[in-house]
Amino acid sequence: MTTVVDKPQTRAPRTSQRGRRRRRQAEPRTSGFPWWALGTWIVTLIFFLPVAWMVLTSFHHEADAATNPPSVLAPITFSNYGDLFDRDIAPYLINSATASVLSTVLVLVLAVPAAYALSIKPVEKWTDVLFFFLSTKFLPLIAALLPIYLIVKYLGMLDNIFTLVILYTSMNLPIAVWMMRSFLAEVPFEILEAAQVDGAGFIRTLVSIIAPITMPGLAATSLICFIFSWNEFMFAVNLTAVRAATSPIFLVGFISSQGLFLAKLCAAATLVSLPVLIAGFAAQDKLVRGLSLGAVK
Amino acid sequence: MTALASEAATSPPTTQPPTARDKWRRRGPLLPALIFTIIITQIPFVLTIAISTLHWNILQPGEKSFLGLGNYQSFAGLQNYATVFSDARLRNAVVNTVVLTTSVVVISVLIGLGLAILLDKRFPGRGLARTLLIAPFLVMPVAAALLWKHALYNPDYGLFNGILNWIWQLFGAGEGPTIDYVSRWPMPSVIAALVWQWTPFMMLILLAGLQSQPGDVLEAAKIDRAGSFQTFRFITLPHLRQYIELSALLGSIYVLQTFDAIYTITQGGPGSATTNLPYEIYLTTFRKYEYGESAAAGVVTVIATIIVATFALRTISSLFKEEISR
Repeated sequence: MTTVVDKPQTRAPRTSQRGRRRRRQAEPRTSGFPWWALGTWIVTLIFFLPVAWMVLTSFHHEADAATNPPSVLAPITFSNYGDLFDRDIAPYLINSATASVLSTVLVLVLAVPAAYALSIKPVEKWTDVLFFFLSTKFLPLIAALLPIYLIVKYLGMLDNIFTLVILYTSMNLPIAVWMMRSFLAEVPFEILEAAQVDGAGFIRTLVSIIAPITMPGLAATSLICFIFSWNEFMFAVNLTAVRAATSPIFLVGFISSQGLFLAKLCAAATLVSLPVLIAGFAAQDKLVRGLSLGAVK
Repeated sequence: MTALASEAATSPPTTQPPTARDKWRRRGPLLPALIFTIIITQIPFVLTIAISTLHWNILQPGEKSFLGLGNYQSFAGLQNYATVFSDARLRNAVVNTVVLTTSVVVISVLIGLGLAILLDKRFPGRGLARTLLIAPFLVMPVAAALLWKHALYNPDYGLFNGILNWIWQLFGAGEGPTIDYVSRWPMPSVIAALVWQWTPFMMLILLAGLQSQPGDVLEAAKIDRAGSFQTFRFITLPHLRQYIELSALLGSIYVLQTFDAIYTITQGGPGSATTNLPYEIYLTTFRKYEYGESAAAGVVTVIATIIVATFALRTISSLFKEEISR
């Protein structure tokens, strides 16, 4: 019996997470050859082509990378990646990792209690608060750049990784609050009530009921915050110089000083995109919730 | 009476009016995030508004101190705004921003809708196709811009001309054309790169919208022998409307802020053909050092965004009400 019940859940986790939404099947096509599928795959591959080309070129020698027509079957080499580390990409990657990881941790520390106060034990006017957070996400960052630059300069925090940590935290906080709220709102009220009746205290409820249910949501939220911090460019390029520069700055910086650089550029682009590609693929079921700020599941 | 009192005592949070202490206990967890957000996001915008009323160019240092952050020349009133709207460069930046944002959003919503409809069907390798389609959105925007500029658009060894050349040679037509995409069509080049990057975003939201269609309605349409076009036109499209709105509005808010692609692919050029508001503000601040003007342009950008954001908030709010009423 349990296997029968479990099977659809393990087979289609996405649909089961959508809760009340019904599983829907597309009607089977009647024609013999699946033109539909073929067309979809062709479009998909066209879209993916630049990424594939980037990865392929990163494994070619410089001389093979800049040929016309393109040499698809040129010999493979790993030397471009080695060259990147000779050119000191490591500090940039470390800076990116520091800024992204620390800001993500800070975001969660601030967002999880806030989301709790907006869902499970809501404060009065909680929707207004929620929409205030959202509205800050809509303010164009460029308009804040000048005062932020002046304040950061005044505080002597230019070219300091903690400046980026603070800015990325404020950039991602609304997303995290909205996402975490939507995940916490999925904790069934009946279970919380039952726990209360059984005399479970706050910590007990948190650890044995809320945490297990919301853990996937927490993971997805952190991955999405990580992605946005890792990819950020505007603050990084204007507020850092040598010590705190992140990986996009490395990318922009090294093309100007190179002769034949295409293969190395592709290697660098692949390397810096890799963490986000991994994080994004890991979070892809929840990606849409993060991108739509929790509005769409 | 006693029965009522004891009943209230067993379930205090729901039946008793919350005391002041209880209210603050509820607010407690919210406060750190709220205070942090107010400090980091609101103060800079207030300062931007203040700076926008000043004549302030750091190449000509003035006497008056602005909160200890720097010295400005004099109070300008609304003169910087007059400059923003009369200066040809800034007006051009406004036009470019509108052209860029609208084209990217409209094209990527349309392609995203097409892809979402394709991916909503079952076919072999659907999960993999979806994963591959998300990739353009995940590639670091700066890396994507560099990739388009050097690996795809380059007239001599870029992939686009490479493919053309390969096709030309395949048919024995000699050398293919050498098109310098970025110089010849600067704005469309930026738009194409951004459409590539933003289409997965639109696709994901629209796909979620398609998959949230109530199945019984579709079933009913099938029983009533509605054709697939009719079903799409009269059931799917109305359902999808708010998702299309949402993707377009969120997309507009993000694309409006485009900085990476302009900085990397064209540097706003040739001339100022692709300079949008964010890039113009960047140039005014860090190349011309006209702080007052740049702040005024910033305020104009904020106002433009607020107009779009009002509609976005309305859509999110209607989706949100639907969700909490369920």
